[in-house]
Amino acid sequence: MTTLRLVWRELRERPGQLATSFIAISLGISVIVAIKTVAHFSEKAVARQLDELGANVLILPKGVSVGDYYTSDVHGEEMPEEYVGRILNSSLQGVDNLSPKLTQSMELGTGRILLTGILPKNEFGNKAAWAEAGGIFARPTGCGTVKSPLAFLQPGQPDKMAVRRAVVEELQPNEVLVGAEVAATHNLKAGAKLTVKGKSFAVRQVLPETGTVDDSRVFAHLHTVQKLFAKPGKLNGIEILGCCQSIAAGTLIGGLNKLLPDARVVTIKQIASTQLKTNTLMEKFSVIFLAIIVIVGGAGIANYMQSNVQQRLREIGTLMALGMEPRSLLVVFLAKAVFLGVTGGLVGYVVGSLLAVVLGPQIAQAPVLPLPVWLGWAVLLSTGIAVVASALPAARAARLDPVIALREL
Amino acid sequence: MIELDSVTKRFRVRGREVVGLDAVSLSIAPGEFLAVVGSSGSGKSTLLLTLGGLSRPDTGSVHLNGYSLYDLSLPDRARARREAIGFLFQTFNLVPYLTALENVQVPLYLAERSPTDQEQEARRLLKEVGLGDRLDHKPAELSVGQQQRVALARALANKPTLILADEPTGSLDPEQSNEIMGQLERLHSEGTIIVLVTHDPSVAARATRRVRMELGRISEENTK
Repeated sequence: MTTLRLVWRELRERPGQLATSFIAISLGISVIVAIKTVAHFSEKAVARQLDELGANVLILPKGVSVGDYYTSDVHGEEMPEEYVGRILNSSLQGVDNLSPKLTQSMELGTGRILLTGILPKNEFGNKAAWAEAGGIFARPTGCGTVKSPLAFLQPGQPDKMAVRRAVVEELQPNEVLVGAEVAATHNLKAGAKLTVKGKSFAVRQVLPETGTVDDSRVFAHLHTVQKLFAKPGKLNGIEILGCCQSIAAGTLIGGLNKLLPDARVVTIKQIASTQLKTNTLMEKFSVIFLAIIVIVGGAGIANYMQSNVQQRLREIGTLMALGMEPRSLLVVFLAKAVFLGVTGGLVGYVVGSLLAVVLGPQIAQAPVLPLPVWLGWAVLLSTGIAVVASALPAARAARLDPVIALREL
Repeated sequence: MIELDSVTKRFRVRGREVVGLDAVSLSIAPGEFLAVVGSSGSGKSTLLLTLGGLSRPDTGSVHLNGYSLYDLSLPDRARARREAIGFLFQTFNLVPYLTALENVQVPLYLAERSPTDQEQEARRLLKEVGLGDRLDHKPAELSVGQQQRVALARALANKPTLILADEPTGSLDPEQSNEIMGQLERLHSEGTIIVLVTHDPSVAARATRRVRMELGRISEENTK
């Protein structure tokens, strides 16, 4: 005979009572695990969505609207390049990449083009479309970059979002990158010559077609464009690839506003707002369910333990007469609570993960897989609730007057 | 040696005070077989529970083998019960979900004997009371006589110096009753102190000393 054996034999004796408490706790845990698992993958989906959009925060001169900027980013107002240094030198968290720009409209042949000055490395970091289209530019791994949850099914395959090899690291003062539409119109290829405002440039690369305004641009080094248009140290805007969690939390935008009070800081997180709302809703649901499970599950277990003590008065009295110490009685009842909590947590985790895997993809808009980290949390939470709920009935059993217990005969 | 010195115990039942024991003094010498008789409510069971360290008296003292039982801490008193006292109840009080073997193992488990030791000793004891072939039976699968024999084996598990038996034959037929009394007489002959509460004069007659209780007091005492 051991304490565990004693507990186990008693549990088997009254399976009906046990089942009610067990179902209550494991169902509660399974709902929390399911919500948390789906929420996790949903957040990742939002992160990916934002990441794939490229820059998700814009810093513009105060009087410029987002509409003005997206039309062609040519507008009357400019801002100092010094803003870039201010951001880089700050302790602001969540800036994965930033890309300052100066765009000017100009004539080329018979038509007009947009000449955009960029810092090459930074620009490539923001352009998901360029990377996806040909895989020729480097994109950093960062917020929202995830390993495919199904990667284990394809061993040896590189992760879809893993960093790519940089082909274009630098852009010389006499080099330009040409958008697909400009290249087609002016019959330009890599290595061709192009004269802009009297200065001769070599076409370093024709950019992949993106279906955006970028297709009708010519890109040169920022400082070259500033010099060409006599606008040293001036920018039209700064595009930032911000960490989506920092954006969602509002810390990045707040920080940028504080840092650049004379600029306009806008975010495009509303593009993923539906998904963000779903995530927020799930977060709230998980808190509500946590409260419900603590109250209902805890009350159920407390009630079960209380009636169990009442039913076992004779047994408790006998065990005391045989020399069981109050502390050992407490251990017997708490061991039962631990058993209930651990098994409830395990089953809750398995059922919750199954629910998440089956139903989650419709909510998260992404494949959902079990999160092993939640196994530990589920067991801890369930055991904690069971032990706390059982503490009073167990203490009552340990403090019972053996005479009263034996007179219940 | 057991000594009760002016032990008084009162209970409150539905707002009324009931006297359980009223200044009871009693000495029980090693090797005695004491029968306590009396009508219901006379204080017999209270006397037994007080002797067993389960019911603290309001006044007076109880000494068991030289130490004052109620001056011990709760864990120490529990240990004293484990090591020195064996209980027998009228309704046997076996744990219903444990087998005969496991029921006898319980006091050995409480005495922290190893599981192997517990099992060997429990088998030996059950064999001794004639239940060697009923080890894996649960109480509900045994006759009342067999259940009381399991309870006796359990009471003997830690080789107590004192057996406290509360109406141990009260639920048994004459044959089963005779069997249990035979076992208690055997234990008495081996030097164990037996204190037995009974209504049955024929059972009381087999003890070496008898006391009668009335209204919480010892009203009569005689020795064989």
